[in-house]
Amino acid sequence: MEFLTPNAFTYLAVAVIMFALGAVGVMTRRNGIVVFMCVELMLNSVNLSLVTFAKMHEVAGTEGLPSPAANGSMLVFFVMCVAAAEAVVGLSIVIALFRNKLNIDINNLNIFKW
Amino acid sequence: MLPILLFWVFAALGIAGAIGLLFNRNPVYAALSLVVNFFSIAGLYLSLSAEFLAAIQILVYAGAIMVLFIFVIMLLNLQEEQGVTKFDTRRGIAFIFGLGFIAEMVFVLKDMSQNSVSGTYELGKVEAIGSELMTQYLFPFEMISVILLSALIGAIVVARKYTHS
Amino acid sequence: MEILYTLIILLPLLGSAIIGLLGLLSKPFSRQEGLIGAIGTLSVAIPFVAVVLAFLNFDGEAIAIPLFTWMKAGQLTISFHYSLDQLSLLMMLVVTGVGSLIHIYSIGYMKNDPGFYKYFAYLNLFIFAMTNLVMGSNMVVMFLGWEGVGLCSYLLIGFWYKDMLKANAAQKAFVANRIGDFAMLVAMFMIYRDLSVEGAEVTFSYKEILAHNFGENTSWIAFLVFVAATGKSAQIPLFVWLPDAMAGPTPVSALIHAATMVTAGIYLIARMHPVFEASPEVLTIVVIVAALTAIVAALTAIAQNDIKKVLAYSTVSQLGFMFMALGAGAYTVAIFHVVTHAFFKACLFLGSGSVIHAMEHMHTVEDPQDIRTMGGLRKYMPATGTTFWISTLAISGIIPLSGFFSKDEILASLYFHGAGFDTYKIIWAVALFTAVLTAFYMTRLTILTFEGEERFPKEQKTPHESPATMTIPLWILAGLAAVGGFMGLPHFTHLNWLGHEWLDKIIENNHHIHEHAEEAGLGLEIGLIALSAILAIVGVLYARNFYKKYGLEGDLRIERSLGGLYRAMQGKFYFDEFYQRTLIGPFTWFGQNVMSWLEENVVDGAVKGVSEGVASIGEVFRRLQSGLITNYVLIVSLGALGMLTYLIFG
Repeated sequence: MEFLTPNAFTYLAVAVIMFALGAVGVMTRRNGIVVFMCVELMLNSVNLSLVTFAKMHEVAGTEGLPSPAANGSMLVFFVMCVAAAEAVVGLSIVIALFRNKLNIDINNLNIFKW
Repeated sequence: MLPILLFWVFAALGIAGAIGLLFNRNPVYAALSLVVNFFSIAGLYLSLSAEFLAAIQILVYAGAIMVLFIFVIMLLNLQEEQGVTKFDTRRGIAFIFGLGFIAEMVFVLKDMSQNSVSGTYELGKVEAIGSELMTQYLFPFEMISVILLSALIGAIVVARKYTHS
Repeated sequence: MEILYTLIILLPLLGSAIIGLLGLLSKPFSRQEGLIGAIGTLSVAIPFVAVVLAFLNFDGEAIAIPLFTWMKAGQLTISFHYSLDQLSLLMMLVVTGVGSLIHIYSIGYMKNDPGFYKYFAYLNLFIFAMTNLVMGSNMVVMFLGWEGVGLCSYLLIGFWYKDMLKANAAQKAFVANRIGDFAMLVAMFMIYRDLSVEGAEVTFSYKEILAHNFGENTSWIAFLVFVAATGKSAQIPLFVWLPDAMAGPTPVSALIHAATMVTAGIYLIARMHPVFEASPEVLTIVVIVAALTAIVAALTAIAQNDIKKVLAYSTVSQLGFMFMALGAGAYTVAIFHVVTHAFFKACLFLGSGSVIHAMEHMHTVEDPQDIRTMGGLRKYMPATGTTFWISTLAISGIIPLSGFFSKDEILASLYFHGAGFDTYKIIWAVALFTAVLTAFYMTRLTILTFEGEERFPKEQKTPHESPATMTIPLWILAGLAAVGGFMGLPHFTHLNWLGHEWLDKIIENNHHIHEHAEEAGLGLEIGLIALSAILAIVGVLYARNFYKKYGLEGDLRIERSLGGLYRAMQGKFYFDEFYQRTLIGPFTWFGQNVMSWLEENVVDGAVKGVSEGVASIGEVFRRLQSGLITNYVLIVSLGALGMLTYLIFG
């Protein structure tokens, strides 16, 4: 049973696998919204790794200064907020795009050329 | 025994959700796979005794953001992706990249198995987070409200229907 | 006094800057000919006064004028240090004195020329460069002046640059001078190499150079300096530029191409005489080249019809005389001839300028410089004619005018160089013959110009005498040409002020000359003097009678009796054609064929290859810019993965 006990590595491995899947999704999927969701997945996997590190390094902060553990949790919190903001803006862009192009296939979006 | 079981279940569910997101051609199914993934991550947070973050994960991600996604998908009445089965070079490179990334990270992180993550996590509790937010992180916390406000305004401006004169 | 000496150097530069810049910027100023002429003349005349004061107060010790350090690099320290010793004082007297006169003359000569201000700016700049050349106490400052006079010469020969022939003449002068300058640079590099060996500080000052023993390099340094001198002082093989340099305004010919710049080579060799003294084989080369130059130029001068061309070849020939003196080791004598030559040749050139001026104003002659359309001008231009005659007799070596003394000293130095029969005796004979030729062609020139029948069309205007600004310098120069020789009376009189009292203090001549003269006895010495005096008089009288009698027919008679030689003389011994065939032609051919092929295929090929290479690389990488975000993400990710790999395994 010893090898089944979750440790930092197992958590991080899960995060890495999720991150890789999200990244591959960003690169391969053509639907704009799905690409977005893959980005969210990547953000989440990073959050997971941050929490893992925070737990791993759980030490009390010296007086007046934030502890490394608190830093981890805070960062996750802020990432979530930014992710929410990003999702809102991103989705509104998708809507604007759909209005102009009548689809959201990002392979049709080659206006970055020249 | 239970925490061990919980971890493995949630880990398996999370990865399964991610795979579902990657391979489901129907955007709605993909979104639902992602919801599964988000719930699993919330479970993993719980197993790391980060209760506040677990709650937030469910509220913000699984609740708000995913609803927004599904809302947009429904709004745009998106169809399944066409002709995605065809294998092309880019796809191959992307998968190789994914495998390479995982391999390298596992290689780097394998020593992490020495570090235990069991035990209590005082700073994961709501009152600890709350006091940190209101003291050390007061300024960033306030800035987040500004970012959210500007995102709100930006979303309205970008998605607004223009009437061409 | 110190400030006065500094003014000698700075005033000409200041004058040049003021005239040049104001003239360039302000149109009204550029038309103020009186003001410009005054500034230009004063910025040479004041230095002349300063030089005269320095000369009068000279106590035998060189006056040092240190200005500032120019550059310092490791062992090398070059400073703007000037000095006035016997040699440079004498040269400066000539440069600023004749320079002032020619500035005054130019005010009249260049009247109403649109480039009036430019002319005076160049002329002042020339004086500045010449000052550097003569007064610089180290070789680098001298070289600065050396190049500076070359530049001013170029600018002034091509002064009327809209005439293609004149522009070409300027270019020719510049290129010919550059060949010499290159030799000078190599000489300086060699000097530096030898001086810097001991790790000592190198300042390039003459004192340092002349005190150093260059060992086996001495001959090379001497030879290279001589090659440099053949460029600037118009000796075979680089003399071809000087006759063409007559394209410039006539006062320029007088100042630069007769009196001062062309004597720079003689000055330099006199200055560096210990190096030459230590390499007798180079002196032999010098004397042979000089003799060849003198006789070739004198022969050419006989057959020329352009008044300035005759004077130009005469200058080349006289420079040959000076180099003969140098080659004989009689450096003082060479400088003596430089001084007297400056007087009479400047006077002759200015006189020819006056004639050209008069001929131009008649508007009826096609070529105002062709002596075949002159004749009998003395009646109309008494001042010009008289001064021209005086100078002609001086250059011909008529006793007791200045040319007689200096030329006689040269002949004596050549004759007494060795005790027995040697190369120098042959050279002496050649020099004597050239002296007779000089008397002949100069008299021919004067007779055809000023005496005999009037060959110009006379219907409308007659020639008129030039204004006072032009005739006064003529009189002064003619006076100097007449009496200037008394500063260097023959050796046996023991009254040779220039040699004994002045230049011998710093220049060590070949002492054998005097010894051999004394051995040979007073009789032979006086006999030689009498011989050259009589030959000069015979030459002048014969030419006078010949051309008085036959006029222009005389040339035809000479042609008939000399045949092919005369045609060679007329053709200037085909030096230009020779250079055209052997150097310029092949070079041009090389440029047009080989170099243009190289240009098209190698140079252009390289340039085009680079551009095409860039374009084809761009063609490859252009595909990367698909505009698809997905691709960009892929590339960025692969890059990140690569960096990660490097961080982990690298």
